[in-house]
Amino acid sequence: MDLKGKKVTVHDMCLRDGMHPKRHQITVEEMVTISKAMDEAGVPLIEVTHGDGLGGTSVNYGFPAASDEEYLTAVCKEMKNAKVSALLLPGIGTVDHLKMAVDCGISTIRVATHCTEADVSEQHITMAAGIGGLDTVGFLMMAHMIEPEDLLVQLKLMEEYGANCVYITDSAGYMLPDDVTARVALARAELNPETEIGFHGHHNLAMGVANSIAAVAAGANRIDGSMAGLGAGAGNTPLEVFIAVCDRMGIQTGVDTFKVMDIAEDLIVPLMDHMVRVDRDALALGYAGVYSSFLLFAKRAAEKYNLSSRDILLELGRRRTVGGQEDMIEDLALDMAKEHGTI
Amino acid sequence: MSEKIKAAIIGPGNIGTDLLMKAQRSEYIEPVWMVGVDPESPGLARAKEMGLKTTADGVDGMLPSMQEDGVQIVFDATSAYVHAENSRKVNAQGAVMIDLTPAAIGPFCVPPVNLADAVAQKKMNVNMVTCGGQATIPLVAAVSRVQEVTYGEIIATVSSKSAGPGTRKNIDEFTRTTAKGIEVCGGAHTGKAIIIINPAEPPLIMRDTVHCLTHDDPDQEAITQSVHEMIAEVQKYVPGYTLKNGPVFDGKRVSIYMEVEGLGDFLPKYAGNLDIMTAAGLRTAEMYAEEILAGKFIPGAA
Repeated sequence: MDLKGKKVTVHDMCLRDGMHPKRHQITVEEMVTISKAMDEAGVPLIEVTHGDGLGGTSVNYGFPAASDEEYLTAVCKEMKNAKVSALLLPGIGTVDHLKMAVDCGISTIRVATHCTEADVSEQHITMAAGIGGLDTVGFLMMAHMIEPEDLLVQLKLMEEYGANCVYITDSAGYMLPDDVTARVALARAELNPETEIGFHGHHNLAMGVANSIAAVAAGANRIDGSMAGLGAGAGNTPLEVFIAVCDRMGIQTGVDTFKVMDIAEDLIVPLMDHMVRVDRDALALGYAGVYSSFLLFAKRAAEKYNLSSRDILLELGRRRTVGGQEDMIEDLALDMAKEHGTI
Repeated sequence: MSEKIKAAIIGPGNIGTDLLMKAQRSEYIEPVWMVGVDPESPGLARAKEMGLKTTADGVDGMLPSMQEDGVQIVFDATSAYVHAENSRKVNAQGAVMIDLTPAAIGPFCVPPVNLADAVAQKKMNVNMVTCGGQATIPLVAAVSRVQEVTYGEIIATVSSKSAGPGTRKNIDEFTRTTAKGIEVCGGAHTGKAIIIINPAEPPLIMRDTVHCLTHDDPDQEAITQSVHEMIAEVQKYVPGYTLKNGPVFDGKRVSIYMEVEGLGDFLPKYAGNLDIMTAAGLRTAEMYAEEILAGKFIPGAA
């Protein structure tokens, strides 16, 4: 595979997706330290918010250590070259949050919906695209759940609303490289040539890097990853590994390989409350196609109600749950405990 | 029951048609008008077949004969954008407006929580909040009538097929209006609402989770009893309003897990989110009608 000379914009997730394994408790100071180090290493784009995006603060997803506004304000003002992005899930956050984030200094907004529900993003994408200079991204989650042709229809909606970049998001870490290739290649062939295509991976089947390379080969030019993989489930595509691989392949990221290796090892790994890795439950997520941030909720419910967390995750997969349905987990665990006669 | 109060429905779509089917069974309400804007609308044709007067000229098509036809209650099942104008026009004809759109120009009405107050205050326009609000605010209120609730949060999960274009185009309206309803009607100091749309097939039945954070440690026994009583109240007009699990108590968190199955009149049973709106709207109209029939309230004379 010759990808020499290809240019890829990498987008770091450790201060947003990384909030999931940290139960949204990364402090403002930690965010500032880590983002400054990434800026220094040449990481061009850094996402910062609650793990579930703007307005994610809730009983359902967890209350963060600081508000989105505090995180964004603190990080944005310290960046010399890196740009800051925020995620917004319609149904959780609103255009009011979007405006707040723009006022804090973000330059990219990513509007995320389930892969079949792009039309709920119209209001937010249209508004964002109308703000001069705001990089507006549509982000289709759980993209493994539908066929490439159906996904294309949804991607086109986001493009039509005004997104200048659209993402194929493997929220469950379920895809294999051929799944990525099929989706990205079709999107690249059918979307406007000026529309950028991104890929967001999870490492639940340890495919994060291979999938991201497949995405680049099929025409994606934005790749999400996270320092040391800090992210939901078994984490995101470990960004320092992806960058090292790009270096070897001659793909241009503009990021200093050794500096990101150091950030991952010296700043992120010590921050982890547990080793973010392909453990049994994270593997079950990838195997069954379940939303990655359900991981810790399932572990906690399993412990509380004396169940197997893998059984809970597999059942969530069978029920075709989608991103954001964390409230199903305790409900389901109670049903399962009743069935087992333990409550 | 010999005498019924005559009513009109604006909007012959899914909601309006489901409402019509429910209203035809009512002891207090007699639907006589269906108002639309599209002469080809199947909803208008259906209403006509059922014996209602119809117009495709919007509210203006009904206004000239509205008083003569004795219409005293009007339901608006259109959109927030045209509601204010509709409401002004029908109020001027002396009819009460029950607003099923997210316009919310009148006070919120969640029947088991504050319908009696709205009727007592002779409000000429009441708003039915949102589907998620109708399904959850009674439970926030069930907790807050026992003790202080500092924070109320609801998560409404609806099937993709039951989320119409109006909801999709303005999903922020849902989250904002529901959050406000949790505070104003539910009695929580701060409200938060989340809506999730799930495309699974067969479509899932509407699910709702209610989380309350109480100021002091929750009185488990009193809250549990209050929640069960409130559910029984809602079941009077939505029989498929079902407690799945809870109340679960965890520190100061009180969590309630619900499922809402509709009656399956015009809308499929899984669309409990739409059913609870039409059922709550009708329940509201019936209470107004009872007052009117008892001579306690003359619409327009407030």
